Amino acid sequence: MQDGLDDGALGELTRRRFMGYVIAGPTLIAAAKLGLFPAGTTAMSPVPTPDQISDVVDLNDLLTNAAKPTSGLITVVIERDGSASFAMPRCETGQGITTSTAMLIAEELDLPVDKVHVTLADARPELMFNQATYGSNTTISTYTPFRVAAAVARRQLLQAAAIELDDDMTRLRTSGGHVLAPDGTQLSYADLAERAASTVTQPVEVTLKDPSQFTVIGTPQKRVDAVEAVTGRERYAMDMDVAGALPTMICRAPTVNGTVRAVRNTAAVTAMPGITDVAPISTGVAVRGQTFGQCIDAVRALDVDWGPGPVDGESDATILARLKAAEIPLAVPSLPAGARTVEKLFTFYWKSNSALEPQTAIADVKNGTAEVWACMQTPIYAQQMVAQQLGISQDAVTVHVVTGGGAFGRRMFPNVAVEAAEAAQKFGKPVKLMWHRTDEFRYGRVHPMCISRVRATYTAGSVLSFEQRHTSVATDYTMALGEMLSANGAKLVPLGLGNFLEYSQSVFETTTNVPYNFGAVTQALNEIMAWDTFNTGSNRNLYNPDVVTAVELVVDELARLMGQDAYAFRRTFLRDARARAVLDAVAKKGSWGRAMAPGTAQGIALHTEYKGATAALVEIDARPQTTSRPVADGVTGPRVTKVVFAIDAGLPINPLGLEAQMMGGIMDAIGQVLTESLHLRNGAFLEGSWDNYFYSRQWNTPPELDVIVLPPTTGEPGGAGEFGVAATKAATASALMRATGQLPTEFPVNHNRPLGFEPYPTVPSIPQSPTDGLHHTY
Amino acid sequence: MPVHTFVLNGERVSVDCADDVRLLWVLRDLLGVTGPKYGCGLDVCKACTSHINGKAFNPCSVPVADIQPTDEVTTIEGLPATVGRSLHPMQEAWLDHDVPQCGYCQPGQIMAAVALVKEARASGRTITDADLDGIRNVCRCGTYHRIREAIQAGAAQM
Repeated sequence: MQDGLDDGALGELTRRRFMGYVIAGPTLIAAAKLGLFPAGTTAMSPVPTPDQISDVVDLNDLLTNAAKPTSGLITVVIERDGSASFAMPRCETGQGITTSTAMLIAEELDLPVDKVHVTLADARPELMFNQATYGSNTTISTYTPFRVAAAVARRQLLQAAAIELDDDMTRLRTSGGHVLAPDGTQLSYADLAERAASTVTQPVEVTLKDPSQFTVIGTPQKRVDAVEAVTGRERYAMDMDVAGALPTMICRAPTVNGTVRAVRNTAAVTAMPGITDVAPISTGVAVRGQTFGQCIDAVRALDVDWGPGPVDGESDATILARLKAAEIPLAVPSLPAGARTVEKLFTFYWKSNSALEPQTAIADVKNGTAEVWACMQTPIYAQQMVAQQLGISQDAVTVHVVTGGGAFGRRMFPNVAVEAAEAAQKFGKPVKLMWHRTDEFRYGRVHPMCISRVRATYTAGSVLSFEQRHTSVATDYTMALGEMLSANGAKLVPLGLGNFLEYSQSVFETTTNVPYNFGAVTQALNEIMAWDTFNTGSNRNLYNPDVVTAVELVVDELARLMGQDAYAFRRTFLRDARARAVLDAVAKKGSWGRAMAPGTAQGIALHTEYKGATAALVEIDARPQTTSRPVADGVTGPRVTKVVFAIDAGLPINPLGLEAQMMGGIMDAIGQVLTESLHLRNGAFLEGSWDNYFYSRQWNTPPELDVIVLPPTTGEPGGAGEFGVAATKAATASALMRATGQLPTEFPVNHNRPLGFEPYPTVPSIPQSPTDGLHHTY
Repeated sequence: MPVHTFVLNGERVSVDCADDVRLLWVLRDLLGVTGPKYGCGLDVCKACTSHINGKAFNPCSVPVADIQPTDEVTTIEGLPATVGRSLHPMQEAWLDHDVPQCGYCQPGQIMAAVALVKEARASGRTITDADLDGIRNVCRCGTYHRIREAIQAGAAQM
């Protein structure tokens, strides 16, 4: 839209007046720049010494800034039936953004939410940095532009109605998908969809609704896709029927990122029942067949000469030693007289961010073009990576974004789309490539193992210093801003220093903080190993579940050493009124300090990020009768019996969706403290199923769970998807400390106890399905 | 190849397939019935939970040859018809409690819930917290708490 019109850097004219566009088309098409965002919230400024970097510019500012220069437009289309359609350049994976986006459009368009149809846009390279779904940034970065597009549509409908009714636009109003005249005459949006269409593309100015007029935003809204989910009609990539795309799986190396030297029995495996093709690809040996069951048989039958991987010989213990050797020294100099020190070191083991729907992609490669379907958080990057893999141009690759069965960071890297494209090219046939569950745990992306040291100095009434040194196996951030320009920047420097200096360190500094008046505060990250040594990635809430847990446990220690109640101590030292408000909310609702039976206890913690604040109060039962309760094929241990969680999200768009996201984060947190980790032994992860990797199930679900969504505070929405984890993790650990009298320093707390399962072999790389299912009916 | 026949969601089906292929793949890859999801293929995650002759089972762990011609297999797609409605009361309870997030596990959760309620009822009792704790279906979005509430509400309407 190079119209030559000066619409300001962001299209913003005043606080609520914006420039949008009417696009030429058969029915009304209204558009806005996705980069639109109110100025002032993103300004960089010198960092005053008392503030930490994340106080001034947080990760979401960086992500939002990255979206600004884009010239690509997003469009709301009014259909002939009066409904609105919107292809959202983001990915729905359960976090509820199709629902919240439908709400934003419905609000500004005065249309019922169920008349707004939100789909997922194909990869649109012209959107540059603006089509990535991560960092809990969707609502923050799209809140204004999505509403502007809807407001343009409403304005055009009003204008068309004014002409039709021979009335003045200012005398008309809109409600429930109709334009209403003062005399009671009404025209439906269906009547107006074509009349409001424009033959030319032109800029128009609109004023957004005043928040006091909101009737949809801020109200609880059930998910727009719930019926599809409960009827089994929702179509994930795995359920799609693309002609000729037969099931395909990969046989993978016995150690992480091992390589194929030779396949010794290609002909024999190709001749197995149902199997059509066998060929090595970059990440293993691909097999294609009539059913996934026959692919499993083929993968298990393959006889492969495997080359070593980059971490053969490494185990939890060797990594722990490397981490300890790489810690950045603490900085605060000698203590003043009379001051005392508390210092703790915490270890956080590997976590899988596997979703329930394993990595799946469909690829059709022919005549120098490729078409892929998958759930992807970074579809533009996928388009570029597939093009590079196939040796064709980017515009010859069509990338369809499909609703995903969960993500949690796992779909940040579109490797599965590249694997599918490579296999399809090798076979000369379309494929539907799926990872086995065991592949997910053994070769999938992991949240890297890390340690966190915290040292604080204090006197009778003050904390003089608070320092944290977080040391981690490198996290792969080379998806960068979701496309290849920034991704290459992350990869360029030898040994991945680009990844560390440009991304890991930036992400750490812009997401972590110590929200207390603790004098000299320093937090620093160091990483070991290159970014591509292990298959790592961002797990829900990145560093903070670990960083905040370490911080908050030492805050508890400080309170105890200084003879104060943990809640009162936090209140005293907190810097931020919003943090204090969420803390007060959980303390009140959760009856902080109530009498508890021996072996049971409360814990409390808080976490500020995502332009918001959260707090959790957790009650745990660590009595012997509970920790030894029998659980079939699981592990027992303490049980969280109650969680009260409060969130100030600035401006909650959909309180019901927010509650759901917080509950999900709470379940993650409970698993991460008590039961859930991967064990690295000699270059391979031992876990191979959900009966090995003990993510929370019903037996770990708190019988009492209460999520408090605070009323609007800032008027701007904050992040939601990842916000439930950190405070709950810290509060659960804190409760456990009080219940047992011992400070937990390894997470999960059962990691170094005897394994709760018998590991599957690494060759063959995946286990066979059982055959006794009819003996377990109920 | 052998032909296997059984009743699927009220209709007789026949499929030409090797004996040892697990029923899940027969349903999904050969018959195009995609409501039962793959989550592990190990009878662990329970995402494929369906019913055989009214009882819950996991087709990922049953060779198709073990299915008899008289067996009635019901997937989430066929659940409403078992009560002659457009949605089963348990599905309605799921909607009332806005249970789903990504939705991937929910067909299996609902099929498990219906069987659990029927089993409890057959032994003359209602669903207990212990019953709910015993549900093994993984929900990676962590909707467990809402699932518990929905099962109690759905049971009251069954």
